[in-house]
Amino acid sequence: MTVQLDARPPAAPTPGSRRRSSGRLTRLDTRYSPYLYIAPFFLLFAVFGVYPLAYTFWVSLHDWDLLGTDHPFVGAANYTQLLADADFWHAVVNTLGIFVISTVPQLLAALWLANLLNRGLRARTGWRMAVLVPNVTSTAAVAIVFGVLFGREFGMINWMLDLVGVDPVAWKSDRVASWVAISAMVDWRWTGYNALILLAAMQAIPRDLYESAAIDGANRVRQFWAITVPLLKPTIIFCVIISTIGGLQLFTEPRLFHSGTNPIRGGSLRESQTVTMYMFENAFAPHYNFGYGSAVAWLLFALIAIVAAVNVLVLRRMGGGSGPGPGKGAAR
Amino acid sequence: MSRLWRASPLTYLALVIAAGMSVFPIWWMFVVASRSSDAMGQLPPPMTPGGNLGANIARLFDNTDAYFLTGLINSTIVACTVTVSVVFFASLAGFAFAKLRFRGRNALLLAIIATMMVPTQLGVIPLYMLMTRLQWNDRLPAVIVPALVTGFGVFMMRQYAGQAVSDELIEAARMDGCGTARIWWHVVVPALRPAAAVLGLLTFMTTWNDFLWPYAVLNDPANPTVQLSLRALSDGYYQDMSQVFTGTAIATLPLLLVFVLFGRQIIGGIMEGAVKA
Repeated sequence: MTVQLDARPPAAPTPGSRRRSSGRLTRLDTRYSPYLYIAPFFLLFAVFGVYPLAYTFWVSLHDWDLLGTDHPFVGAANYTQLLADADFWHAVVNTLGIFVISTVPQLLAALWLANLLNRGLRARTGWRMAVLVPNVTSTAAVAIVFGVLFGREFGMINWMLDLVGVDPVAWKSDRVASWVAISAMVDWRWTGYNALILLAAMQAIPRDLYESAAIDGANRVRQFWAITVPLLKPTIIFCVIISTIGGLQLFTEPRLFHSGTNPIRGGSLRESQTVTMYMFENAFAPHYNFGYGSAVAWLLFALIAIVAAVNVLVLRRMGGGSGPGPGKGAAR
Repeated sequence: MSRLWRASPLTYLALVIAAGMSVFPIWWMFVVASRSSDAMGQLPPPMTPGGNLGANIARLFDNTDAYFLTGLINSTIVACTVTVSVVFFASLAGFAFAKLRFRGRNALLLAIIATMMVPTQLGVIPLYMLMTRLQWNDRLPAVIVPALVTGFGVFMMRQYAGQAVSDELIEAARMDGCGTARIWWHVVVPALRPAAAVLGLLTFMTTWNDFLWPYAVLNDPANPTVQLSLRALSDGYYQDMSQVFTGTAIATLPLLLVFVLFGRQIIGGIMEGAVKA
């Protein structure tokens, strides 16, 4: 954008008190108004962000029953009890299982999809919209629809399995099968989104890299693994971290996948109860034990941090020296 | 953009399959929503819409357990209020962070980015207790007020304002005697309009779609958001599935509508966000 800047000095200053006071106002304005503009965020965040965060920790150190009249301080008792709580570890294994089953195929599929979309296509925007549309649906609605698709008796998935001669699967009452069903939901929703992020980074890779590789005799597949994937590493790490944070917090999908009595337990034997669901079960109905629920929340946070850190370390090691990513892709 | 690889017929075939898998569950949802309940038991499952949509809608809105109409109205109120507010406050704060000098700017920006890393689960319990103290439980302010401005919004607007608003223009406005408020309104807001549109769309969709926090704080079944109405429907014992699917279809419709109208901008926003965020 070109801007006409008037290089001449401003018109001769007119002396007088009016001018001076407006100058002081301007100084006040430039010095303090920025704080006014950012204040709403920090005010709201102080009340609804920082305070709850600190308070969760405080509550987790107490025996804080909603129905109890006083809340005795119990120190780390909630945490020690939690670390010995088989149901909690069961939920952790469920969460990690669903996370692994969903994230790995999802990112591979997204890479492949991005590679497809990165060609000279007719109706480019149409294809992009088609792969993104799952991401803009209502999660609750999708969980209910998938719950029916994966039904045991009349579910479409079992019907299709039957067509190819596979016995029906108890998608809701078998532990690993329910993980697969929930992962399918997550993958369906997020593959296209990740594909678009990867596509953006792919488009920033200079074409001449591929041309010189082609001259050296590398075929398309070789080029993909030797050029595209290493150069996308920063973006792939970004996708993995986003998927980790999202995947470990999973709640809506598994909660609505189950209906009937006590759906918050994720099936009668807690087949697919995630950590967040376990937190809800303890903090709200039926137990209303805020102290214990808060401890679950903090351990969930720790779990996310650990898994994210492990992911980054593993990905850094993988693929060796890829150097900095392509200009824009590396900017994050 | 330089020349691309030619797409082969195989590319198109793969894309057709991928697109089909993306669209199919949504299509099927509308199919069941427009048929009678025995469509669920039919194998092979029907793939074309039937003529029962009107009757299903009528039954859905008559259902006294789901409070579906209240849910729709509530979700509309919540999503619209939050969207307007987030765009307004985020464009103010984003402008300040991108273009104004003040003490502590970098540290404060870092604090905002840090807030984006914290999972919502961590705050649910004390936030619930706070709402109890404010007596906002079961009432809409409980879902609206904590969401009025987001770290993501501020950060996104800051990134966009940094490149879309030229310093020279701001200087020129200052020389003409504009205060920062007028600069924001006359210079910054027009320049931020595209980013504000994307942020508004994303905010609307996230808010409309939110389940976890409303589920925690809106316990009164008579005052749900639309997603909570869906939960009431699907947890019901009668399992009138065509009615349930009519509900899921109606709850999804506003999101699809927004996507059809503004899909290009949303895709652009996601791809931009990936490279510039």
